Amino acid sequence: MFEQATTPIQELAISTEKLNLWYGTFQALFDIDLSIRQGIITSMIGPSGCGKSTFLRSVNRINERLGYVRISGTIDVMGENIYDPAVELVQVRKQIGMVFQRPNPLPISIRDNVLFGHRIHNAGTRTTKIEDDEIVENALRTVLLWDKVKDRLDQKATALSLEEQQKLCIARLLPVKPGILLMDEPCSALDPKGTEAVEELIWELRGQYTILIVTHNMAQARRASEECIFMLMGKVVEHTETGQMFVTPKHKETADYIEGRYG
Amino acid sequence: MERQSTGAVAGVDSSFDQLNRDWYIDKAVQILVFLGGISAIVFIIGIFIFISKEGFGFLVGDFNFREFFFSPNWRPTSESRETFGILALIAGTASVTGLAMLIAIPFSLGAAIFIAEFASGKTREFLKVTVELLAAIPSVVWGFIGLAIMNPVIIQTFDVPVGLNVLNAGVILGLMAAPIMTSIAEDALKAVPDRYREAAEAMGATRWQVIYKVVLPAAKNGLLGAVLLGVGRGFGETMAVLMATGHSINIPTSVFDSVRALTATIAAELGETAAGSSHYQALFTIGIFLFVITFIINLAADLIVRGIRKG
Repeated sequence: MFEQATTPIQELAISTEKLNLWYGTFQALFDIDLSIRQGIITSMIGPSGCGKSTFLRSVNRINERLGYVRISGTIDVMGENIYDPAVELVQVRKQIGMVFQRPNPLPISIRDNVLFGHRIHNAGTRTTKIEDDEIVENALRTVLLWDKVKDRLDQKATALSLEEQQKLCIARLLPVKPGILLMDEPCSALDPKGTEAVEELIWELRGQYTILIVTHNMAQARRASEECIFMLMGKVVEHTETGQMFVTPKHKETADYIEGRYG
Repeated sequence: MERQSTGAVAGVDSSFDQLNRDWYIDKAVQILVFLGGISAIVFIIGIFIFISKEGFGFLVGDFNFREFFFSPNWRPTSESRETFGILALIAGTASVTGLAMLIAIPFSLGAAIFIAEFASGKTREFLKVTVELLAAIPSVVWGFIGLAIMNPVIIQTFDVPVGLNVLNAGVILGLMAAPIMTSIAEDALKAVPDRYREAAEAMGATRWQVIYKVVLPAAKNGLLGAVLLGVGRGFGETMAVLMATGHSINIPTSVFDSVRALTATIAAELGETAAGSSHYQALFTIGIFLFVITFIINLAADLIVRGIRKG
């Protein structure tokens, strides 16, 4: 069922082995073996409930908030098993940023949102206001938001438009320099114009970050990713180069889904 | 089309202008519910008018603004010259309420944070029920605890002559106010959307960082409302304060001084005054003062709590 993308091991950002996941007694993931290459955009597609969000949410262990989640198997990030008991959860999440389906800026100022992660990960060291300003400006420039918000950095972030909120949610991940960005349907709450803008931004970030993006939108997967993973019923069906998957899918299920026969 | 027209025709000659029983029941219930709804307003206005009427004579007659608010001498039954100064009573109420809040705020916030953010399942349910039970204890029981238990404990522990004082009443009132403050504060914390917590946790914030950097700031209006309701409770509480303060007129200089509260003064003296006398009217003027203060506090609390719902 699984197509190994042929890449040397040291270039892998995320690799999983026999990953199974249960919500209580319900099994959501079955023997997932995936190798996600560093520095590219990989998209995950599949019908609702196929486990793509679940997979994403277990990569930064945010799934554990639910309390009744159990896993077996391993997830290695940058060669380290993040489910190892010795691993510090805070460091895992510093390394792996996440963008959620619904923009979720914190109900504090734009500036404080951008600095939030930076502050919690540098709790001991006091940074000067000038350094902070620089961090804020760089992050907001990267997400193409600086010119729009530079005069109202002290306003509440929740007052921004959804598109701006989502860009801010990406911007606030950058100051802690994560290696990986997980994006869980980042455009599904946005209008077409916002979607285009955020997609463009994701494309800009390519190369600097390893990006794993879950999407319902086939066109988006095709436009905005280099490799593509198709999941169905908690299993990985196909993982290949995006162009190839959309032109010559190897599996019948993939072809059916891409052509809109179900999902 | 056909069906409708036959229906309409049948309706015109039989039942369109008839009022059946259901119609009357519906109307009656509407009126009843409306009366219930406005009764609170009617009562509060009625109470205010009544208190004002009784205190009015004093306000236009013997009332001396400066003496009333700035004199510590409350001598309503003096043979030579009656004085009605409530400064000492205000000081009594304020000191007890202040100490009570110093005790209740950390306890209730701590309890609310634990219940809302940490406890789960059975622990949470058990705690919530217990807190509600605590809120249901009658104030005379609290007063009894102050009188019978706290009093000797304070005398022994601090080696002071009297155990009925600001400390005693403050502790009792703090424990009384804490449950209701806990409930309101917990509601405020629960009202913070979970996606804020999730967002902060995904950025690597620890449980505590999530609480004090995200949840508490987001809930601060509700928490302030909870504190204000506690203050209102403290101002209005009578029986427990009457029993635990020592009831002696005094501007306190330490927590071991006995004091007397505004409410307790009314409760203790009103029965012994002649209706319509200056003393009687002065007590009602205290009533007006208390009414206005608690009204302002509650209104402020309400407006603040409403503030969070909107934004």
